[in-house]
Amino acid sequence: MQNAHEIAFLLARFQFAFTVGVHIIFPAFSIGLAAYLAVLEGLWLATGRQVFLDLYRYWIKAFSVVFGMGVVSGLVMAYEFGTNWSVFSKKAGPITGVLLSYEVMTAFFMEAGFLGVMLFGMNKVGRGLHFAATCCVSVGTLISMTWILASNSWMQTPRGYRIDPANGQFLPDDWLAIIFNPSFPFRLVHMGLAAFLSVAFAVGATGAWHLLKARRQGRISSEPVRVMFSMAMWMAAIIAPLQIFAGDAHGLNTLKYQPAKLAAMEGDWNSEGRAPELLFGIPNMKTEHTDYAIGVPLLGSLILTHSLDGKVPGMKDFPRDQRPPSPVIFFSFRIMVALGVLMMLVGFWSLWHRRNSTLFTSPAFHRVALCMAPAGFLALLCGWITTEVGRQPWTVYGLLRTSQSVSPVVLSSMVVSMTVFVVVYVVVFGSGLGILVRMLGREPEEGEHDADPSHASDILATRTHPAIVDASAAKGA
Amino acid sequence: MMDFAHWLPIIWAVILIAAISIYVILDGFDLGIGMLFMLERDETRRNVMISTIAPVWDGNETWMVLGGAVLYGVFPGAYATLLPAFYLPIVLMLVALIFRGVAFEFRVMTRGTPRARHWDLGFMIGSAVAAFCQGSVLGGVIQGVKVTDGAFSGGSLDWLTPFTILCGLSVMCGYALLGATWLVWRTTGVLEASCRHWAGRLAIGLFTCIVAVSFWTPLLHAPYLRRWTEWPNILFVAPVPVLVIVFGLLLAASLRKGHSRVPFLCALGWFFLCLSGLGITVWPYAVPPTLTLWDVSSPPSSQFFQLVGTVTLLPIILTYTIYSYRVFRGKVSEADGYH
Repeated sequence: MQNAHEIAFLLARFQFAFTVGVHIIFPAFSIGLAAYLAVLEGLWLATGRQVFLDLYRYWIKAFSVVFGMGVVSGLVMAYEFGTNWSVFSKKAGPITGVLLSYEVMTAFFMEAGFLGVMLFGMNKVGRGLHFAATCCVSVGTLISMTWILASNSWMQTPRGYRIDPANGQFLPDDWLAIIFNPSFPFRLVHMGLAAFLSVAFAVGATGAWHLLKARRQGRISSEPVRVMFSMAMWMAAIIAPLQIFAGDAHGLNTLKYQPAKLAAMEGDWNSEGRAPELLFGIPNMKTEHTDYAIGVPLLGSLILTHSLDGKVPGMKDFPRDQRPPSPVIFFSFRIMVALGVLMMLVGFWSLWHRRNSTLFTSPAFHRVALCMAPAGFLALLCGWITTEVGRQPWTVYGLLRTSQSVSPVVLSSMVVSMTVFVVVYVVVFGSGLGILVRMLGREPEEGEHDADPSHASDILATRTHPAIVDASAAKGA
Repeated sequence: MMDFAHWLPIIWAVILIAAISIYVILDGFDLGIGMLFMLERDETRRNVMISTIAPVWDGNETWMVLGGAVLYGVFPGAYATLLPAFYLPIVLMLVALIFRGVAFEFRVMTRGTPRARHWDLGFMIGSAVAAFCQGSVLGGVIQGVKVTDGAFSGGSLDWLTPFTILCGLSVMCGYALLGATWLVWRTTGVLEASCRHWAGRLAIGLFTCIVAVSFWTPLLHAPYLRRWTEWPNILFVAPVPVLVIVFGLLLAASLRKGHSRVPFLCALGWFFLCLSGLGITVWPYAVPPTLTLWDVSSPPSSQFFQLVGTVTLLPIILTYTIYSYRVFRGKVSEADGYH
């Protein structure tokens, strides 16, 4: 029976990792895309150039699909804390539950309330109000990110609480300390930039695909395609270096507040100064050694402490039962960093092409940009794996163990739900991805809303929604 | 401070009941429309049905997220006990809502391909299953949950009984009625006429369900029976069944006379009464028959911090929700649908 309990616990963890891992892609996509749409509509209103409206109408279709998937996968998260982690939710609910409620009230309602106007209201409310609706949706996505990261950061670096001696509940003492906990600002900036960067590369890849297609068909690419590609590459060139800077600052913060996580990320076992930076290796949790290690001398200390003889923590500093599983985060961290550097290089390369006026004419560069489509999302996922697995074996760092957070749910229920979630997510989000790819495979057109209704474009005002006539019009008719 | 700790959970219970009621009414009619897809096979009319809810369904569902979040933050003891107790129906409901939620976008995006039919099917079945699960969870709460030391200690199928199945079917029937009367209000022509017809049938079905659940519920636990039959309670609760009959007669008459808005309002009245009846029955238990509101609530500091935000934000939320409904008000006609 003990064994069944352990399997149920593992399944609860796997199920949460799976559902949250799928979910996180959509809010990141929404955050970046909503901001992009607000910029496009703002530019259209300011300049009156048709190309911005065309791009707005092109990307809003993708946004509606992505947003829908984000809502439904997020709904699962709101209830999964209770179904799978009931002990955690009972103990930490007075803090994390309250933060989640604020997210719902300040962000979710705002996004949902104005999304309808944004998607279907262009001909109903006038340009100014419609732009305001787009901005509300965009600001809503940012507010939502802020609350959820406050909550997550509190679980990583808890502050401002007391523990009730009677039942082990976390009692909030100081809400400002809870929200503005030590890792919150770093995480917020890092995640925000990651969302913008991911969408920049997704948009850039779409542009690159159409540039390549136009070239293959021997025609000149259209203006919307060029504007889309150029804007995306500007974002990549600006955001990617900023992100590396932010990531470095976040690393210093982790060294200070979660040294065990950092040691596991680095694959370091002994605490030492003048530490090397391992480029490769396989951390072995049993022998307490990193096998096949290839490192650059001194670089570890330099990166982590910004000094050559800075002391870097090792995992042997911590009792065995308080060490995060190093192999997973050792690799996820390295993949994230490698992708980050790659994105920065592509951004710089685009500047070079821009100077030589070859931004729209270099097929080699377009192919690279196309291959980079998932780079931002992959890096983002790897970053989350690093930080979340790195928090183990705790749900609330140093205070509440993951093994003590799980619900008293029997194994059979966990097996059923795990299977159902995997099957349903593969079918639903797989279909969503297919729809998205096909949708973006169609080139944005001039006067985008007049596009062929057999394509997805009729989600906009043209077909479905003139269906909704004004009350006044109905009375007049 | 003692007083404060006593009153905060009561205030929160009222807010939570209000949020659940708003959810049930708003998502109720759009889940109902999903079920009515089974009765309406015509593609054009289905598109009109969808058009009446496409701009607002997402906001409707947000009330459910709010319900979960408030339970989590303010009544973590109830959240942590009820969710494991209803693990399977909740997971099933979430999966059903996934299919139904993405169907709004996917059925449009895949139009013209055979897959569009699949998403219509996903929309129908998802709506029906979600409604059934919500009803059976509600029934399961009334029926009671096995608790030891403040945590759920029952089996994974404890929730599944004849009573909860009846509750599940009742909610399906009720949502379908809300959907039908909503469409009577918001559509024209053939669709409006057939919705009028369905609404009549569904009203009879729901009335039967209400009567059955009302007679069954007091028999589940002795305190429930006392609540409804003892003097002077009976004085305060007697109007509930009387009003159910009044709204029923009004609903039937308004459907016959061709009113467009009144049937929906009557259906809302029924829902309001049913939820009140439910509240009267289980009060002050959060997890019947063992844990009261006070047993499961957060420390007062959490409840107070959240109350400040809620009191400020809810009026704003309601304002722009009403605004967005007003933007899309008015009848949707078939002629304006798909050419």
